[in-house]
Amino acid sequence: MSAEQANSTALKPKKVDGPLKRSIKDFYKKLAKNKSALVGGYLIIFLFIVAIVGPFLTTQDPDFIDYGVKFEGPSAEHWLGTDHHGRDMFTRIIHGLGITMSIGIIATIIGGIAGVITGLISGYYGGKLDAVIMRLIDILLAFPGILLALALISILGASLQNVMIAISIFAIPTFARIVRGSTLSVKNLEYIDAMKALGASDFRIICKHILPNILSPIIVQASLFIASAVLSASGLSFLGLGVQPPSPELGALLSDGRDFMWDAGHIALYPGLAIMLIVLAFNIFGDGLRDALDPKINK
Amino acid sequence: MSEEIILDIKDLKTSFELDDFEVKAVDGVSFKLPKGKTIGIVGESGSGKSITALSILRLLEKPGRIKGGEINFKGEDLTKMSDKRIRDIRGNEISMIFQEPMTSLNPVYTVGQQIRETLKVHQGLGKESGTKKGVELLKLVGIPSPEQRINQYPHELSGGMRQRVMIAMALACNPDLLIADEPTTALDVTIQAQILELINDLQKDLGMSVLMITHDMGVVAETCDYVAVMYGGKVVEYQDVKSLFKNPKHPYTVGLLNSIPRHDIDVEELEPIKGNVPNASEMPKGCRFAPRCPFATDLCVEELPTLDEQSDGGEVRCWIYTDRWNGDPEVKVNAKERTT
Repeated sequence: MSAEQANSTALKPKKVDGPLKRSIKDFYKKLAKNKSALVGGYLIIFLFIVAIVGPFLTTQDPDFIDYGVKFEGPSAEHWLGTDHHGRDMFTRIIHGLGITMSIGIIATIIGGIAGVITGLISGYYGGKLDAVIMRLIDILLAFPGILLALALISILGASLQNVMIAISIFAIPTFARIVRGSTLSVKNLEYIDAMKALGASDFRIICKHILPNILSPIIVQASLFIASAVLSASGLSFLGLGVQPPSPELGALLSDGRDFMWDAGHIALYPGLAIMLIVLAFNIFGDGLRDALDPKINK
Repeated sequence: MSEEIILDIKDLKTSFELDDFEVKAVDGVSFKLPKGKTIGIVGESGSGKSITALSILRLLEKPGRIKGGEINFKGEDLTKMSDKRIRDIRGNEISMIFQEPMTSLNPVYTVGQQIRETLKVHQGLGKESGTKKGVELLKLVGIPSPEQRINQYPHELSGGMRQRVMIAMALACNPDLLIADEPTTALDVTIQAQILELINDLQKDLGMSVLMITHDMGVVAETCDYVAVMYGGKVVEYQDVKSLFKNPKHPYTVGLLNSIPRHDIDVEELEPIKGNVPNASEMPKGCRFAPRCPFATDLCVEELPTLDEQSDGGEVRCWIYTDRWNGDPEVKVNAKERTT
């Protein structure tokens, strides 16, 4: 018997699921109402599977050069054709998917954690500390993200690692702002006072009582930020500042194809489509998530 | 008094300091609470009663600060304690329940998780023993089928039920003192009666002392042994509950009692106290109540009376009861006048 049925037949003794199971069920039900979010979600899962399992299944080496077959269009042997060095585009995109997505996700996680901690401290303690932190965040926000990343990479040098660092740094301000705002609205609620009156420490209140209550905007922001992180990572690689050749990062693949747009459009087309697919998936999933997690919107 | 005093507040001063002025929310409050008894703190909004309670637990938000005085709890001064020590006392030896049961529980945790947390912080109980104790506590506060309720979220409970859960959480560690900040204000009348009865019963069973903050004279009559009436950050009258209702002394107390309906005497029209509580940042320099007092004289406006003990044991802060009273010698605020 499911929890809803049990609730409707209140007279019978209830068999109630555990609290965690119920909240997960509830969440899925809300998410499932929004079809595009569900599509986004499944797309993300699909992309993950391809990125993780794909490289083991492809028969060809992504860096294998064969000038005999360069600029070939899609065929049975090379599903998405070959590039200017005769490398198999399908294999390269499958490998590139993993690289690009992991940059986006790892950078979002690192930057997100740093931003959340900053925002919590700033919002909870307030006062002078808050003023100082927020001015620093304002300074970071004043730079356009890609410009900041460019500046950082020109200092740190171009590499996969440094792209992640640059992107996580420009993730901090957005997370910090959102978390600070939510913390401010939660910290004056009565249950926080009640917890203080029952003897909980600041650390405990922040971690166990404020953080779980502001988790939904953080999750939504994270899924939306992954999309823009992927875009930035590809953009940096496109400019030659990110992942270095011959590594098949999607932005780098796009950049390779740029010179042959008129003669062999597929070299630029497919990596571009792959980037678009990732960004689209995370964006519509993030949007759906926002609706599912916002108690004010759903009924 | 021969009884053991559990809470002894002496000349407590709590202020909110802003850049250019200071708001004296609590200005020299003193009272004693004997063990196992209930004291009611009564007053209008802005009289400083909640701030007094928050000062006891040192839960004041910035820029609020205890400026002076002592809060002796079982012989220790709470105002001078380290943050660590006061955290140990909160929820363990002194607990507090709040006005709004609807928002006093964290919506993301089940009732059980929240009760367990208090038990874990103060007694180090694990999940299983915590749940067992939690079920016992819920039973104690009269929640039916506690085994199921303990796994429910706050939004699945009614307001009265939530207040019971709050009480269960507050009682988790058998506190010696329970501070109840208008615990029934947000509940409807039948539930109010149940909750008050519950607090009374538990107090008797567990032998704790209760500090009841309220503006409802009915609640005072039902629950309290002693009453401190607060006005403008000061205690204006302190009596045991029977004498207060029989023989209120301070014109403000009389006004309060006049403004509630009585079933034993026919009153055509209830008499409100005219005017408002003065702004805490610009208190009159004489008696705080002088601008609203029907008997006020120049002396009242100019000089602040002291809280003096009367022949019957009560304490009152009013010039009428002193030798210096120079107004109408006939003015005596007594039970008869309440009803006119």
